[in-house]
Amino acid sequence: MSSNVIPLSSIRAKAQMAEAAPKPAGGCSASSCGSSKGAGDMPAHIWEKIKDHPCYSEEAHHYFARMHVAVAPACNIQCNYCNRKYDCANESRPGVTSERLTPEQAALKVAAVAARVPQLSVLGIAGPGDSMFDWKKTFETFRAVEKRLPDLKFCVSTNGLSLPDQVERLAQHNIDHVTITINMVDPEVGTGIYPWIYFNGRRYTGLDASKILHERQMEGLEGLTAKGILVKVNSVMIPGVNDQHLIAVNEAIKARGAFLHNVMPLISAPEHGTWFGLNGQRGPKPMELKELQDKLAGGANLMRHCRQCRADAVGMLGEDLSQDFTMDKIDADAAYDPEARRLYREVVERERADHRQAAEAAEAELSAAAPAPAQLVAVCTKGGGRINQHFGHATEFQIYEVDRDGVRFVGHRKVENYCKGGYGDDDALEDSVIPALEGIAAVFVSKIGSCPKRDLAKAGIAAIDAYPFEYIETAVAGWFAEAFGAERRDLA
Amino acid sequence: MAMQIDASTCTACGACEFECPTASISMKGDIYIIKASSCTECDGDPAKCVAVCPVDDCITQV
Repeated sequence: MSSNVIPLSSIRAKAQMAEAAPKPAGGCSASSCGSSKGAGDMPAHIWEKIKDHPCYSEEAHHYFARMHVAVAPACNIQCNYCNRKYDCANESRPGVTSERLTPEQAALKVAAVAARVPQLSVLGIAGPGDSMFDWKKTFETFRAVEKRLPDLKFCVSTNGLSLPDQVERLAQHNIDHVTITINMVDPEVGTGIYPWIYFNGRRYTGLDASKILHERQMEGLEGLTAKGILVKVNSVMIPGVNDQHLIAVNEAIKARGAFLHNVMPLISAPEHGTWFGLNGQRGPKPMELKELQDKLAGGANLMRHCRQCRADAVGMLGEDLSQDFTMDKIDADAAYDPEARRLYREVVERERADHRQAAEAAEAELSAAAPAPAQLVAVCTKGGGRINQHFGHATEFQIYEVDRDGVRFVGHRKVENYCKGGYGDDDALEDSVIPALEGIAAVFVSKIGSCPKRDLAKAGIAAIDAYPFEYIETAVAGWFAEAFGAERRDLA
Repeated sequence: MAMQIDASTCTACGACEFECPTASISMKGDIYIIKASSCTECDGDPAKCVAVCPVDDCITQV
């Protein structure tokens, strides 16, 4: 199994250590306010629904795992960024899967994963295809899983076209969250994204297609929020097609009650065989995505930690164990121990409280630092909110922004890792890692070799290895205060 | 007269099975097939299986 799953034993040891250590002074109780990584200004009823969901809660994604099952392959719209013929185990992006499952097979697979991954908290149905168009298979799967794992949360994602017809059924199934992909609120913009839709027994193209899709998406969104079901909106950022338009999308969905907006970069390469890929439509650069996300930060709550998982992803965000859990490797009699899951949750609760206190202490340290411009930093982490990954092993960096107001998560950037089974890959460093770190002042690692450290320094990026296994906030605030806040006062 | 699925380009998504008004489409082994004896080509309307199919020219008239 991938090393990215945090071993239960290590997290428990840390939680015990944290209990023995003196508590840093915190301004207020961790459950109500303080850290931007916790409940923040979110209403309590929403926080309660999302706090253990790795895709919705920035904090939970350090501790909990999700899995997707591909049971609903039929779709009723064609998007220019999608090619459903594609199937490759090395591809990690939405809509891609290697294995289609019947609802009963899916339930077996979920039980097998839950037996081995106590972090599992969410089961999603997210294509390929549309979960609400192929609704019979979606709901059959939920019924089969409910019997085996009553504590698992469900979520579905949909293009919205069939959604208004399924709102009642979703409400009966006690599904907390639904994701709708909304790329436009102006059908003119939609004509550049959707060549056709299939609705009420016939195919619509051009402006008609986008008009119907838009109306159905808004109807579905309003119907769900009226039922108290949380709605996240995904938008694919397509430079030159809908990038600036997403500001209007953000306003429209916020007005209709969406609780989270997730702007994702277009994934597009000729070898994917999508219309965009074949026609040279590029995806946005990391800094373009961040600029747009910054513009939207005042609208609906913005999600920045999305990893654009493949449709049969298994594991913590940013990792994928799907190849460990293909149907031929599933043991139908796998022992399922609810006790291990309960224990893990208990440990996580303690670890999270400790993490929040560390984040508050970091904020206090920063507010006492001298004024300095905000800095972007990159972090190597395997989860748990800590700097616990070797530079050479990182296939993605988590990006944080730090200034006197605090340490804020702003996104992640995927790279080709530098260390290849014992030797350093200079091409990966030069062609992938360094370009991905554009605009980054420092990269925090548990360990790094002297050669890549020197090459990073040449590119103007400091490699910081002085905070191994510390919380991200503690390390980043400590570094910032030391490097930029010369006049900081000692804390009481 | 009936519609036919080109198995080499079919993605087996099943959307056509779902939409066929005469239930003429079903899975046989790993592939979808259209039962010629009951397919009506939607009686002069545009065929629903063609309209919903994501692959161009996968379903055609024979």
